[in-house]
Amino acid sequence: MSEKKLPDELINFINEWKTKPGNLIMVLHRVQEHFGYIPREAAFEVAHHLDIPVAKIYGVMTFYHLFKLTKPGRNQIAVCMGTACYLKGGEDLILELERQLGVGLNTVTPDGEFSVEAVRCIGCCGLAPVMTVNGEVFGNLQVNRLSGILKKYKG
Amino acid sequence: MKLTKETFASYQETLRNAGRRTTVLVGMGTCGIAAGAEAVYKRFEKEIAAKGLDAELKPTGCLGLCYSEPTVEIKTPDGKSTVYGKVDAAFAERIVSEHLETGNALTVNIYETPAADLFDDNGKPLKQQRIVLRNCGVINPEKIDEYIARDGYAALENALFDMTPDQVVQKIIDSGLRGRGGAGFPTGRKWQFTKNTPSDQKYIVCNADEGDPGAYMDRSVLEGDPHSVLEAMTIAGHTVGASKGFIYIRAEYPLAIDRLNTAMKQAREYGLLGENILGSDFSFGIEIRLGAGAFVCGEETALLASIEGKRGMPAPRPPFPAVKGLWGKPTVINNVETWANIPMIILKGSEWFSSIGTENSSGTKVFALTGKINNSGLIEVPMGTTLRNIIYDIGGGIANGRKFKAAQTGGPSGGCITPEFLDTPIDYESLQTIGSMMGSGGMIIMDEDDCMIDVTKFYLEFTVDESCGKCAPCRIGGRTCYNILDRISKGKGEPEDLRKLKDIGHAMRKASLCGLGQTAPNPFMSTMKYFEEEYRAHIVDKKCPAGKCKDLLTYSIDAEKCVGCTACARKCPVSCISGEVKKLHVIDQSQCIKCGQCFTVCKFDAVKKG
Ligand SMILES: Cc1cc2nc3c(=O)[nH]c(=O)nc-3n(C[C@H](O)[C@H](O)[C@H](O)COP(=O)(O)O)c2cc1C
Ligand code: FES
Repeated sequence: MSEKKLPDELINFINEWKTKPGNLIMVLHRVQEHFGYIPREAAFEVAHHLDIPVAKIYGVMTFYHLFKLTKPGRNQIAVCMGTACYLKGGEDLILELERQLGVGLNTVTPDGEFSVEAVRCIGCCGLAPVMTVNGEVFGNLQVNRLSGILKKYKG
Repeated sequence: MKLTKETFASYQETLRNAGRRTTVLVGMGTCGIAAGAEAVYKRFEKEIAAKGLDAELKPTGCLGLCYSEPTVEIKTPDGKSTVYGKVDAAFAERIVSEHLETGNALTVNIYETPAADLFDDNGKPLKQQRIVLRNCGVINPEKIDEYIARDGYAALENALFDMTPDQVVQKIIDSGLRGRGGAGFPTGRKWQFTKNTPSDQKYIVCNADEGDPGAYMDRSVLEGDPHSVLEAMTIAGHTVGASKGFIYIRAEYPLAIDRLNTAMKQAREYGLLGENILGSDFSFGIEIRLGAGAFVCGEETALLASIEGKRGMPAPRPPFPAVKGLWGKPTVINNVETWANIPMIILKGSEWFSSIGTENSSGTKVFALTGKINNSGLIEVPMGTTLRNIIYDIGGGIANGRKFKAAQTGGPSGGCITPEFLDTPIDYESLQTIGSMMGSGGMIIMDEDDCMIDVTKFYLEFTVDESCGKCAPCRIGGRTCYNILDRISKGKGEPEDLRKLKDIGHAMRKASLCGLGQTAPNPFMSTMKYFEEEYRAHIVDKKCPAGKCKDLLTYSIDAEKCVGCTACARKCPVSCISGEVKKLHVIDQSQCIKCGQCFTVCKFDAVKKG
């Protein structure tokens, strides 16, 4: 619990937004930016600071795909499954990543290094198929480049 | 420095008259950066400094040539321009030492149709016409001066001091501008509703949620020309009597968010946003609100709920947001591209705008042209341009010499345009007549290797995933139809299924609460109409003609052609191919996972797919 405690900068951020109507989503984005996901304890603290029920926070968190309730891998891989990437073989990238990492989508590898998710168009359709690792974009991908990319990130 | 009514024009004049130098423009939108534009930019910086050249290096937004990223444009003071594509750091060095130093353009990596080359000598548009993208790939989006030098904020000045709000509304109505977010509602009418609804508080909202998977027009506008949207929203604020605006943007677009923040800061410093704009008594503020990955939040009522910090559930309309929107107050909500048109209409007039395009769809449309096309990229064409123009003249034809099968517009809410409609002028009505829709501008080109059942299933999976679950027709209907399509793609379909899909589709169209459910059947309604044969092949013959649906595929080895090179057996990930060197190989069908690697690796054309 102590480790998940909201740091001062987050509390300052919340205070800054506290009086603005419709602040919850912005606050949750900030919390996720900090932890990489939204820990349960953090959600309780946000509820306390904003003075709204935890149930409401949970409702919002689960409605939006971007909010994560569990901790992702140290390296987050996002494979684009937008239309352009799908047509150009995005699915093959996912299958091959699953094979190489030995875990399915949205599951962290046992060593905590990687997790893979499928995302919708990241706006680089001209470079399809595309994936990102920790935000870095790799375009015009082919299955045979994946192991090299994984190696680059493995700690 | 705050600009005022008195100082604005002369400041703009000074910027315009600044001396022209040779300019090196590096396309640094998200896709340019992904392709390595940053390294290219740094190398230019270093080389230009090392050689002490008099050239201005400038990052800019998307030049629209996504297939050739990183893209660089060299403009010389005599007005000449050269576009280089696929530039890496080493090539950047060559451009500096050859082109910039000697003045002679290189002859390799040249790409045709730079933004400036789109008009003939008489100013007549050749293929594309840039109104929305007028500044994308031309200015540095992080410098407000460059926007102002190209008539930026002049429309705001006009609207504030030389026009009455009613005149502004009338001008937008007369221009015939319709919403570019998909529905095509007349923008001026929307503003008029809000203007005429009395209220102590009104709001202006920019819809930058761009949820269509496979589209990035709005992202490119915000990354390449953020001020155009800020200016337009401020004009709308003054016109309808709102003092506050929100930009609702996807969190997946970090670069666009950064550039918007920079632009807002600069506009405030110049007195073009915030308190007492241009010294008048009008004040207007804009805030950014982030989406969080929910497609339905692109729908306007859901979007407003999301800005309010709630789950993004759509609400029944009426009341329309124009009358009762954000926090119950009258709200003008428009799409990014719609906004970007506004300043040009104010400056150049409604007659000019309505002279472009077709009778009922004036102006231009930006498309993100992707899929199996040679030159994928961002294009802007007058409404009424034909698909043939887009695919063959601008897009350079279908990739790898394959045959054109269909163009998909409107994303998960849209449908297909088939070869027989290649010459139909594209506008809101004509697309609807042929069972597709304009949509927000995603245009995905498919060739003979794409299976229409597979693509339809892809879209339906998307809408099922994104349905908020509030109304039953969308929640249950969508899932049921997905299951039927899934069965068909696995060879378990029955002839009855086509009728079932139609029935459920009709019910969803009629009874769903919001546009998401109402339009979710479009992909299958459209493909069933134009590709019935392909559906029948899956259902009756249990075959996928395009060779895409894995369950309907078998790979086999042709005894005549196999030379026993063992390549396929070595490549097979599940080791289900057996055979000795120089002897016929055989695939064990019970183990085959249909990955197709044997098909790709065989040099003798001996592996058959079918
Ligand atoms: C399911 C659904 C998703 C939508 N997504 C978007 C979107 O991503 N961007 C957008 O501008 N409009 C989207 N719209 C259209 C908006 O509801 C609304 O019509 C638009 O913001 C109005 O602006 P306009 O008149 O300038 O087009 C969507 C509509 C529906 C039904
Ligand atoms: S579809 Fe993958 S980036 Fe657009």
